[in-house]
Amino acid sequence: MARELETEKSGAGTASAETSQNGADQAFAGAERRWRERVASRDIPTAKTSSGLELDVLYTPQSLRDSDPLTDIGLPGDYPFTRGVQPTMHRGRLWTMRQYSGFATPKESNERYRWLLEQGQTGISVALDLPTQLGLDSDDPLAADDVGRVGVAVDTLADMEILFEGIPLDRISTSFTINATASILLAMYLAVAERQGVPSAKVTGTTQNDILKEYVSRGTWIFPPEPSLRLIVDTIEHCLKHAPRFNPISVAGAHFHDAGATVVQDLAYTLSDGITYVQRCIDRGLKVDEFASLISFFFYTHNDFFEEIAKYRAGRRLWARLMKERFGARDPRAQMFRFGVVCGGSTLTAQQPQNNIVRVAYQALASVLGGVQSMFTAAWDEPFAIPTEQTAELALRTQQVLAYETGVSNVADPLGGSYYVEALTDRVEREARAIIDRIEKLGGMVPCIQSGLIQKEIAAEAYRYQKRVESGEQIVIGVNRFVRPEPERRLELYQADTAAAVRQRESLARVRATRDSKRVAAALAALREAARGSENLMPLISEAVKAYASVGEICGVLRQEFGTFKEPVGL
Amino acid sequence: MGSNAIRVMVAKPGLDGHDRGAKVIAYALRDAGMEVVYTGLRHSPEEIVNAAMQEDVDAVGLSILSGAHLPLTEKVIAGLAAAGQDKEIAVFVGGTIPERDVAALKKMGVAGVFPTGTPLNEIVPAIKDAVAARRGAGA
Repeated sequence: MARELETEKSGAGTASAETSQNGADQAFAGAERRWRERVASRDIPTAKTSSGLELDVLYTPQSLRDSDPLTDIGLPGDYPFTRGVQPTMHRGRLWTMRQYSGFATPKESNERYRWLLEQGQTGISVALDLPTQLGLDSDDPLAADDVGRVGVAVDTLADMEILFEGIPLDRISTSFTINATASILLAMYLAVAERQGVPSAKVTGTTQNDILKEYVSRGTWIFPPEPSLRLIVDTIEHCLKHAPRFNPISVAGAHFHDAGATVVQDLAYTLSDGITYVQRCIDRGLKVDEFASLISFFFYTHNDFFEEIAKYRAGRRLWARLMKERFGARDPRAQMFRFGVVCGGSTLTAQQPQNNIVRVAYQALASVLGGVQSMFTAAWDEPFAIPTEQTAELALRTQQVLAYETGVSNVADPLGGSYYVEALTDRVEREARAIIDRIEKLGGMVPCIQSGLIQKEIAAEAYRYQKRVESGEQIVIGVNRFVRPEPERRLELYQADTAAAVRQRESLARVRATRDSKRVAAALAALREAARGSENLMPLISEAVKAYASVGEICGVLRQEFGTFKEPVGL
Repeated sequence: MGSNAIRVMVAKPGLDGHDRGAKVIAYALRDAGMEVVYTGLRHSPEEIVNAAMQEDVDAVGLSILSGAHLPLTEKVIAGLAAAGQDKEIAVFVGGTIPERDVAALKKMGVAGVFPTGTPLNEIVPAIKDAVAARRGAGA
């Protein structure tokens, strides 16, 4: 009202719309100047985001002077997708609720999946044990202590059949956290679907299949980068032809962030990995408008609420721009940054562990406001063990309360246009782009990983963070603030079933005894031959899988042909 | 520092690939004046025992987040004992360690257990004290 009056006075009723707008802007600028003068005399503490970006105490239209409402912010579902990849976002379709789960043998995990689906979970997320992730069979001596521990053991197709018994693969999508052995697990999953009568073309889901971040921060690498990248492109090419609704790769920043990378580093390293994969596919001769829509992303949402939201908004815009400007993608689907998240991880504390429920809930809210496509909310007892049925249920309910009680899903990108969120989105995009450009100048992600550079940057950041926590500069409730003596804990934690490994080894022995060993030998020999050449290995891996060759046997052949990665271990 | 500096090996036994904690500890021990060797990922207990002897360390810190801490630690301690080094080299364990397992680890002969959330300013003196006690006993 006051603004209208002022404009009328100065414009004397003849001003064009433009000069009246200018007048309003000037009036606002004047008011803001006076406000800032008033505030400047107060002794307010400085504030930074978790990435160390300095924050103003207030954001106004002035903060968005350089931001174009159409080309920078735009509309959901439209390039550059700052406001979301779908036009109607969560009102049109809620995010997928997908709790990472898997333990012991396929039988126990199958029961847990069915139970989670009964509880209203809308997709499955398979946690595999470390031997499966590292291409070792359950009877391998190196696997002895890890069978069925952090995930379910899958040795052969027989295990995959049990894992999905009674779960209709034409209706349920499955995400596999699997990397070095992703091609094998993908072949198994498609084979199980086929046996259920579901054609590959109808199968939906994701394999993580992002080896580059494994070298940096998750550690389940096997082969050196070059053959690993070849296998990844093989899976993308295979899905493009046979399973176009399946996402063969989910480029993950999650593990960078959880290992210590800041929000900005997290986004930059992830998109740099994405660039590498896209380039490799193009080098193979695949067309960007055809394959790029098969690529999705995966992150951890940590505690800095607005910076995490800005990460996802900036990520969408930056990826769309990279895909269009650098790779010439024209199909909107090939420009879209679709992502899933985990809430929890290294932000969870062993001290006052039920505080973790609150942390995860806020992280989930940030993810939704950031426009997430699928979400895993970790259980509060994660710092101690994998979850019990009770803590897993509460973790799922956390998402359901958010989805069905709070109304956050009613409006697409509800924070769009917020002076602060847009300004922070711009800043995160700028900072991430600077890191991406630096990595490019160093030859891309592969050499930066081989030299250990990225690993060192992340570890240094993790150490800095730990020192800030210990000095009290970084507040963590229950750890360095509002600390009380911990009561003798009476937590009911998950207890590993040590007999599960024995049962798994027995069932593997049964498969080995009953399969057609000639077919296995022939399939493995053909795979070896093909590995020496350059053809797509997926059809050969599929044949080996269907012959009930084990993950360890298939990987053994590839290990012999490809060699193993040499980890740079300098501190 | 010189030859008197405490030598520590930070090791990742088993298949677990999460090394944030291991690296943060390694940096902290180095900043505290110790000489630190980090093995990198996926070393068998035998490899860790051999490397510890080769590097002539005073202490080995095992970082395990996979839940396999009991069997892996037992093997490392048994390996050191078989080599007659269990009195010379102190073993520490950190990571995702439920409280119920702390006593079992100590009973195996572990000098200190640092579950998730243990502050660096507890870990550094614990290692210094354990090494000083062992050096004192050996002298």
